[in-house]
Amino acid sequence: MKKNPTVELKLPILKNMELVATHTSDVVAKHMNLSEEKSAEISMALIEACINAFEHSETKEDIYIHFIISDENLTIKVIDKGVGFDSSSIKLPNIDDKLGTTERKRGWGLMLIQELMDKVDYESDNSGTTLTMTKNKKSDE
Amino acid sequence: MSKIIDKNVKNGVVVVSTEGYFNKDLGEALKEITDQEIKEGHKNFLINLDQSKIVNSIGASILIEIIEELQVVDGSLNFCNLAPIIAKTFKIMGLTKYCETFDNEEAALQKLA
Repeated sequence: MKKNPTVELKLPILKNMELVATHTSDVVAKHMNLSEEKSAEISMALIEACINAFEHSETKEDIYIHFIISDENLTIKVIDKGVGFDSSSIKLPNIDDKLGTTERKRGWGLMLIQELMDKVDYESDNSGTTLTMTKNKKSDE
Repeated sequence: MSKIIDKNVKNGVVVVSTEGYFNKDLGEALKEITDQEIKEGHKNFLINLDQSKIVNSIGASILIEIIEELQVVDGSLNFCNLAPIIAKTFKIMGLTKYCETFDNEEAALQKLA
């Protein structure tokens, strides 16, 4: 079976390093002839995925990102070796609950990723997390 | 990489222009300005994002803190020249329920000033 072409990136946990990932995704999106809108959505989701990996995984090890190119879609895996998390325990944020209350204003990353990508999946345990997110080439897929 | 490039008061509206990645640093820099201007009695703010084409949720979360502070003084936070992905991000987060967005500075000032 033909293996899908894959671009692999290793990011150290340094400030704003998520932008390196977006530069790569821009190039991959152009190669796949994705629209500017889809490319921007992928970049935004990738920024949030990287920030989650950098900040919440509590890992000091590098983050790995795989861009898997197929005829139908782009699949991105963001892999950290951190403490893991239970996505089902995370409450989706609502701005109405955050304004005028002591609730922390942050916590939007997962919601943004889910809204901006076509498919999102997490595999997580106490040895790390793999976030897999997919953007279809066609809007109706 | 990320900075405030201009701040002016135009017909009572504080217009702040940013450049680069709208991240935590830029959000905090903006909040320093709004905090100071609120102390000086200004209530209405227009943020021109023409030179900021990308945002992250940490920077955007600081905007929620600014909205909260402006609600206390019956003020408003407004934006113009948003890149489509920033407009979409603000909509997903619900920021657009509490902020007005405009195509450009002229259109915004026509309404706000």
